[in-house]
Amino acid sequence: MNLHGIGAIYKFEMARTWRTLMQSIASPVLSTSLYFIVFGAAIGSRMGEVEGVSYGAFIIPGLIMLALLGESISNASFGIFFPKFSGTIYEVLSAPVSAFEIVAGYVGAAATKSILLGLLILITARFFVDYEILHPFWMITFLVLTAVTFSLFGFIIGIWADDFQKLQVIPLMIVTPLTFLGGAFYSISMLPEFWQKVTLFNPVVYLISGFRWAFYGVSDVNLGLSVGMTLLFLVLCLTTIWWIFRTGYRIKT
Amino acid sequence: MEPIISIKGLGKTYAGGFTALQNIDLEIQRGEIFALLGPNGAGKTTLISIVCGIVNPSQGNVTVSDFDIQRDYRSARRAIGLVPQEISTDSFESVWGAVKFSRGLFGKPPNPAHLEKILRQLSLWEKKDNKIITLSGGMKRRLMIAKALSHEPSVLFLDEPTAGVDVELRQDMWEMVRGLRDSGVTVILTTHYIEEAEEMADRVGVINRGELVLVEDKKTLMQKMGEKELSLQLPEPLQKIPDSLADLPLRLNGDGSQLIYRFDIKSENTGIAEFLRRLNSANIEFRDLHTRESSLEEIFVNLVHGARREHEKQLSGETQE
Ligand SMILES: Nc1ncnc2c1ncn2[C@@H]1O[C@H](COP(=O)(O)OP(=O)(O)O)[C@@H](O)[C@H]1O
Ligand SMILES: [Mg+2]
Repeated sequence: MNLHGIGAIYKFEMARTWRTLMQSIASPVLSTSLYFIVFGAAIGSRMGEVEGVSYGAFIIPGLIMLALLGESISNASFGIFFPKFSGTIYEVLSAPVSAFEIVAGYVGAAATKSILLGLLILITARFFVDYEILHPFWMITFLVLTAVTFSLFGFIIGIWADDFQKLQVIPLMIVTPLTFLGGAFYSISMLPEFWQKVTLFNPVVYLISGFRWAFYGVSDVNLGLSVGMTLLFLVLCLTTIWWIFRTGYRIKT
Repeated sequence: MEPIISIKGLGKTYAGGFTALQNIDLEIQRGEIFALLGPNGAGKTTLISIVCGIVNPSQGNVTVSDFDIQRDYRSARRAIGLVPQEISTDSFESVWGAVKFSRGLFGKPPNPAHLEKILRQLSLWEKKDNKIITLSGGMKRRLMIAKALSHEPSVLFLDEPTAGVDVELRQDMWEMVRGLRDSGVTVILTTHYIEEAEEMADRVGVINRGELVLVEDKKTLMQKMGEKELSLQLPEPLQKIPDSLADLPLRLNGDGSQLIYRFDIKSENTGIAEFLRRLNSANIEFRDLHTRESSLEEIFVNLVHGARREHEKQLSGETQE
């Protein structure tokens, strides 16, 4: 195991975060704060409780998930896309690092960033609304699992993309809508019955539901199902990455 | 001596069906400077990329220090430093950060003293905290070398190290490469400048259209280069070289209408005067004469455009008749 190699990639990627502090940390925190002000404080005060939780508090898990998914994907996809684009990938390819070590370095850094960001949003939320975390262990588990899974997903996108547009298209056209429609701002039970069924095809529903359960003990779907779906997606991403490295798809000629 | 790199039956066909390399056999000796010489598109970069693990081979195998580049890729790659043809760097990283990254990536524990030594050798020490984007082109190129040397490789690949580099920097580069060789590093460089191969290499390999057409000691090549030919057009073709001239380095070309005298350009006495005198006494007349020097350039051009040139020569020979 080339631990120095993993460390080098990890540190390099983290250094990029600090260099681009505004973009990678400050701007998601700011935009989440705006959500709290608009939906939590302004509109939320006019709304009743959702499943026994004040609206401002109710949206916290969803907002964190929204940021977590977006940031995991964009950090990891950019992290591997950029060296491919600039040509510096040659060095990683010629180094004595295995596929696992490359993924550990890039995905590890991307996941770390988005976990830090998730926690930062949680702290920011405290300034706007009161909330409690009933199951801290599960909260952390969901946070870490989701960050890792979607960083893996981002890594796959970064390898697949051969231009900047492709890099943006999946997060923008698929992930963001799925998150908004995944119950970040409402409970599934508030939807008409037909849409409740349709919504179950949205994988993000399971993530948000499980995460919210960790906070308030209320959920749209069964907890086991939430964990199961998250793990399933994790395994899917791992398999895809294994295939990518085995075939050299889009990284080696 | 045990070769440090051994390439056997190597071939590469790219996904589009283009065959960039075929049947390459090559051994690189420990501690030598080997120049891979060939025109653009010959397959030099492809060959290097395979050895370094960036491109997968289609056929054949390669060992570096006896480690197979695929089975024992970790050990093989640890021994290699690569300076690619294209300069590509992380613009916003610092010089120091970049070399530190490279060393770690290759699995070596931190060693600031070694990195400092390399940066000083490459005159980059003053720039160590600067962002890469602020460096000049020449500095960036030197940084690429520093990165490749950061993990103390025993083999260094330089892919067209002096392409587009000004004369002064080129001299520096050559100086540095010699220094590396003296410290025991094996250097493989590609170039399409013959002058560079001539100046630098211990051995030269010529590659064209994906085939290795010649591998030779530079000294041997230089000897061939030191030869010059004087050729005489004879009005009456000779069947054979007259016995009276048999002791001279002579040969007849084509149908016997061209007599060629080979001499060493570097020797004090070329023997041309003597040759012409004896020709006169043998009653052989000639209509025209000219000299021809076989330079490395010509050897190279001949090898590379061999078939076509041969054909053209024949044509022009025919029109002269
Ligand atoms: N990724 C690739 N896909 C298809 N053809 C390629 C690829 N890379 C190089 N080639 C082709 O292979 C040949 C050899 O290229 P290269 O090894 O770069 O030559 P050199 O370095 O000697 O100039 C060229 O004709 C080039 O167009
Ligand atoms: Mg090349």
